[in-house]
Amino acid sequence: MIELISPTRCIECNLCVKVCPTNVFDEVRGGVPVIARQEDCQTCYQCEIHCPVDAMYVAPEAEVSVAVDENELIASGLLGSYRKEIGWGKGRERGSKFDTTYLVTRQFRG
Amino acid sequence: MLWTSFRFGALRKVVAAMGDGIALVGNPQLDEALELTADVLVIGGGPAGAWAAWSAASRGARVVLVDKGYLGSSGAAASGGMTIWHSEPDADSRERAKENRRKVDGLLSDLGWMDRVLEQTYQNVQRIEQFGYPFPADAEGNVQRRSLQGPEYLRTMRRVVKDAKVTVLDQSPALELLLDYDGTVAGARGVQRQENRFWTVRAGAVVIATGGCAFLSKSLGCNVLTGDGALMAAEAGSSLSGMEFSNHYAPSLPFASVTKGLMLGWATYSREDGTVIAGRGRGPGGNALGAALLEGPVYAVLDKADPEFQKLMRTAQPNFFVPFDRSGIDPFTQRFPLKLRLEGTVRGTGGIRIAGPNCETSVPGLYAAGDAASREVIAGGVSGGGALNAAWSMSSGFWSGAGAADYAASLGARAHTRSVLGVGRAGLRPVPYGATAGGAGEIVARVQEEVFPYDRNMFRTGPKLAGSLDRLHALWPQALAQQPSSLRELVRAREAAAMVAHARWMYASALERTESRGMHVRLDYPHLDPGQQHRLISSGLDHIWVRPETLSLGRRVREIKRELVAA
Repeated sequence: MIELISPTRCIECNLCVKVCPTNVFDEVRGGVPVIARQEDCQTCYQCEIHCPVDAMYVAPEAEVSVAVDENELIASGLLGSYRKEIGWGKGRERGSKFDTTYLVTRQFRG
Repeated sequence: MLWTSFRFGALRKVVAAMGDGIALVGNPQLDEALELTADVLVIGGGPAGAWAAWSAASRGARVVLVDKGYLGSSGAAASGGMTIWHSEPDADSRERAKENRRKVDGLLSDLGWMDRVLEQTYQNVQRIEQFGYPFPADAEGNVQRRSLQGPEYLRTMRRVVKDAKVTVLDQSPALELLLDYDGTVAGARGVQRQENRFWTVRAGAVVIATGGCAFLSKSLGCNVLTGDGALMAAEAGSSLSGMEFSNHYAPSLPFASVTKGLMLGWATYSREDGTVIAGRGRGPGGNALGAALLEGPVYAVLDKADPEFQKLMRTAQPNFFVPFDRSGIDPFTQRFPLKLRLEGTVRGTGGIRIAGPNCETSVPGLYAAGDAASREVIAGGVSGGGALNAAWSMSSGFWSGAGAADYAASLGARAHTRSVLGVGRAGLRPVPYGATAGGAGEIVARVQEEVFPYDRNMFRTGPKLAGSLDRLHALWPQALAQQPSSLRELVRAREAAAMVAHARWMYASALERTESRGMHVRLDYPHLDPGQQHRLISSGLDHIWVRPETLSLGRRVREIKRELVAA
């Protein structure tokens, strides 16, 4: 579930409020959006990959909320890691260009 | 009384305040409703809805697309990655693509529809490339158009739809269809949940592309898929088909949401004590994992992939590895536990019954596309997800959008001057049946108790199906009696009602099919019965009925001959 909107990184663009498929966030006038309905989070990672400044972290735990530490996430490279892998963000080549599914399925053994 | 006579008048406000009697309309806490007209209204912003909107707009229609969440991030496709059921246009490739499917699909598909979908998919995949989606190229420089990565695909489709001048309303779940007095669909009503108001779109035709129903199982990206569109269609008089093919489960880490099976092709499975479980098959009978889970915990490790291949796996499906990387599990060397999440009709094949080549439903003015529609015509009783559904969504979306645009054009100006009535019931127009109305949350929990267990839904038996069905029927009056007191509760109430309805259509159909075919496995009828090579149509809400729909005789004879030749 969504666990972090970094107040130091967030630029208050509210894109996460707009794109969240389950409407988890509320806009705050003149401030950082809030995680208003965490229990509705479906752990789809969409807010995180749309965030232009890697301010958000979706923990893999879909059923329970877990504590996260921003500094540890930065140190381990996990903050923004998925967005990097799909090649979104300035100066990156989009990941679908390197989609190797056609090579993987060739060897699929089911 | 003509709509135009009070279109801008005070009388209309009075009527709107009465709101055809729906909950919360006229509530002073809400902002004034948004009212729009369109030639075509598309409900749902996954691939099918995006294609429908683009296709209708390309034919000159004025299009409004509404999505519960956001066109670009909503639904099963946006958060995943998928292969495409795709073949080169030569006759041999096409035959092979069909034959491979016919071996597993339970012989309920239709060769003519399969041909159409393969051709339309071939064309649309080329369009996707023209839209700017970056497909990979192989070592020889040949572009490989066999798979799509969800976030990039849907981001591309959002841009294309917006460029086609479609009016997009995000965060705007639909609640009910509007019908004119002839019973023709003439628009829909819903809420803009971030604007604190209702919306009404009066339209010449409506395409339902709201996806399947995954019962809030937290399967990746699927919690927006609560079957809302099928509920609305049923209220308008549409029937469903193939609802017994609704029990697809997908593997995930027990705590995580990512439900992707492809990489498990390189897994060794074991029990708690480390003894190895024989490989999990796919398709019919591919429930070895479920059977093992009924006996105890199951673990996997992707130890059949060498380090070179591991790299290919990561670039193929980056999302598969996210929960592993974030919880510190190396899936190639460490055993990890698995569970199965129900994906219902998302990776099932049942849905709103298709009644014509443009994905018309049996209700005039109403079209269905993508996972909201039955995919039996191409997938029979097994889809497995991705490949077939990806091809179906871009094909059915394309056809339904075009069909809806032409239908709307045939109505001309009349389309927006019709008197209309909302036909939504459960949660919208509460019926005091005397039932204790639990909240939507309680209703959902009780549906999940009936549809999640592997020994009820994956492995089915007559007595258990009948027991579940009795309890689910008893839940329906509670769904009708819900009295939501906010827009959020209203949306929840409709979702809960849609899930009760789905569970009842599913189990009523599953009880009727006294054989095992496709993904529908009956322990008490373990074999395929050639006498039941028909589809099952289900319909109704207060009373549910199921009847067989015979495949046309000529087609059956042709098919039987083909099967004989193939054997």
